[in-house]
Amino acid sequence: MTANLVVLAQTAVPNEFAQTLVDGVSFGAIYALLAMGFVIIFKATSVINFAHGGLTGLGAFLVAAFVTVLDFPGRYLTVLPEWAQWTLNVLTALLAAALIGVILERIFLRPMVGEALFAVAIVTLGLDIVVRTVTNDWIGTNPRPLGAPWGLNVVDLGWVRIAWSEIVQILVTVVLLASIALFFRSRTGVAMRATAFDQETARAQGINVGRVFSVAWAIGAFLAGIAGIFFSVFPRRATGVDTATAFIAFRAFPAVIIGGLDSIPGAVVGGFAVGIAEAAANTYLGLEFLGSGFPGIVGYLLMMVVLLIRPYGLFGTPEIRRV
Amino acid sequence: MRGRPLLYTTYESDQALLNTTAKKVMLGVFLLVVVSLPFQLVPGLKFLGQEDWLRLLSTTAIFTIGALGLNILTGLAGQVSLGHSFFMGIGAYTAVWLGAPAGGPLIGLGLPIWIWLPAAGIVAAVIGVAVGPTAVRVRGLYLAIVTLGLVFIGEYFFRNWNSLTGGAQVGRDFPPLQVRLWKEEAPLIDFTTAGSWFGLDMTGIAKSFFLLVLLAGIFTVLAKNLQRTRVGRAFMSIRDRDIAAEIMGVNEFAYKLLAFGISSFYAGIAGALLASFVSRVIPERWDLFLSVQFIAIILIGGAGTVTGTLLGSAFVVLLPRVVQNFTLWLQSAAVQGEGILSSVANVFIATSPNDFGLINTFAGVGPGLSVAQLNLVLYGLLIIGFLIFEPLGLYGIWLRVRNYWKGWPFTY
Repeated sequence: MTANLVVLAQTAVPNEFAQTLVDGVSFGAIYALLAMGFVIIFKATSVINFAHGGLTGLGAFLVAAFVTVLDFPGRYLTVLPEWAQWTLNVLTALLAAALIGVILERIFLRPMVGEALFAVAIVTLGLDIVVRTVTNDWIGTNPRPLGAPWGLNVVDLGWVRIAWSEIVQILVTVVLLASIALFFRSRTGVAMRATAFDQETARAQGINVGRVFSVAWAIGAFLAGIAGIFFSVFPRRATGVDTATAFIAFRAFPAVIIGGLDSIPGAVVGGFAVGIAEAAANTYLGLEFLGSGFPGIVGYLLMMVVLLIRPYGLFGTPEIRRV
Repeated sequence: MRGRPLLYTTYESDQALLNTTAKKVMLGVFLLVVVSLPFQLVPGLKFLGQEDWLRLLSTTAIFTIGALGLNILTGLAGQVSLGHSFFMGIGAYTAVWLGAPAGGPLIGLGLPIWIWLPAAGIVAAVIGVAVGPTAVRVRGLYLAIVTLGLVFIGEYFFRNWNSLTGGAQVGRDFPPLQVRLWKEEAPLIDFTTAGSWFGLDMTGIAKSFFLLVLLAGIFTVLAKNLQRTRVGRAFMSIRDRDIAAEIMGVNEFAYKLLAFGISSFYAGIAGALLASFVSRVIPERWDLFLSVQFIAIILIGGAGTVTGTLLGSAFVVLLPRVVQNFTLWLQSAAVQGEGILSSVANVFIATSPNDFGLINTFAGVGPGLSVAQLNLVLYGLLIIGFLIFEPLGLYGIWLRVRNYWKGWPFTY
């Protein structure tokens, strides 16, 4: 898997440290998006969503299908420029992914409300297997390209080389982070915060808890889909969406734990921490010494260290044990 | 026992493993059937004596041992672990380190089975206790992700430690199930080749089957006994309410570590046996899916129950074969093309990429699911279904059936 996480080809002589930092931030943005969706779902519905990988693969596949196979709704909007058609196709696909997230929650997780957290977590584990298998069957054996309009273009600043997709990715991530922060000030956002605090009390206040669950899963699936896109374009895996795309979520779990399971700023910090740590491992720790696949476990090693010092992550709420 | 079947006058009879006549009879019949399986004596179950089915049943016995371990940790002590396959891998590679022939290109000491098998369990248990402090410090859902990390970290080491594990996608041969006194050439008892035992001709697979069933039986009794001891009750009290348990004098930290240790011991033994039985295993075998299979076993069987663990192991191990046979049957029905059955079967079966159907029976990619994928989807759906509809699993279903007949014709 890691072999495909291509670090930019180094034809010029970029500054090694700056280049690592850029790669790390770009990796980290993917993890931050995944971790944020995960935390939003956990906070709003108290579900540890092991199906996040499945949602990532599904979202990325839907994007590939809407862009290359269906070309919907772009085929009806030929007046628009190419990139606008592409963006509309992607947005439609992401909305479809969000809708599927909502439906999955309604069918498989709503009956489990109030059950032990661990039982619910295992349900999502089963859900992940189902979603991942079906998605992989649809994807087939060949990777599905996403046809991103920025292609393989790279900005060469001399001391550092940045792919256009990385610039887009970081911009999109920043915009999404800001809109999530704003969203929590909106009416639905406040309802979600109340639900996260105490589901029963929120209900007693007249909040439609079921709707909050749906919104949380929609946001989670949407963000997972975006992470899936950026994991399937040029500097990461130029070939496109394949059956291994879903595994990216397993590398984002440590980000969630490092930041603290119930902290959204924590998820962002954790995501960037894991991304930069992986990029640093990629650059500075050689293959001949550590073998292949080491960057894949850097996040987990970091997580173990953080947990030894702070059992609830950096920003997580300590569980208060009352008799 | 007539008249007052559930009247116990001593604690011993109340706490006995087989406290009713029905249980004694059923266990006896079960053992008789199991022992007779390789000889194909029982009508209706003769097919289970064929080599491929015996192989599956032997695997069931191995999975039972591993699942009993996870059941102690998750079912009794209430700690969710996704790291079971990691400890199985530790057991397997301990076994191969000690048991593989010495002097080859890969690490091996050539020691006999009575050293490598217990050592596999002990090393896994030691590592389980060693990672325990991190795991015990975190609770509940954090623990699930920490143990998930163990699987990935373990897989990384297994893939890269080429001199021990044979390397990624390559693997190596594991020591066979042969008993030697020390390092001599000819084994004292060979569980892998055909031969005659007590005047009965037996195939190699039948011998392995008996050995594995015997081991599974021993570990089942041990696990069942654990539930009735002070330790078992301490585990259950931690599971049910950890604070209350501590107030009653249960040392939570020590008992959680102990649960990790015992569970890892079982996992190590199961891993060593599985690798030895399969004989060639790649490092990727010890992945997350194996852990999920074990979680499926205890959830489908019924968490916290030993009987349920046995049922769950059989269910999870035999399911792929049953699905495969069912698909073949559907396929033949669809191809022969007569009557309603054929039309119904045709809806489910796709025989070529252009044919519509939920299940692909041709090699290659098509819109439907292949049999392997169908199995995965079924695992997932079964885990979800049991958790939503029958949290006590197969054991819960059995309880309901039993209680129905206990009160028959009354419903209470």
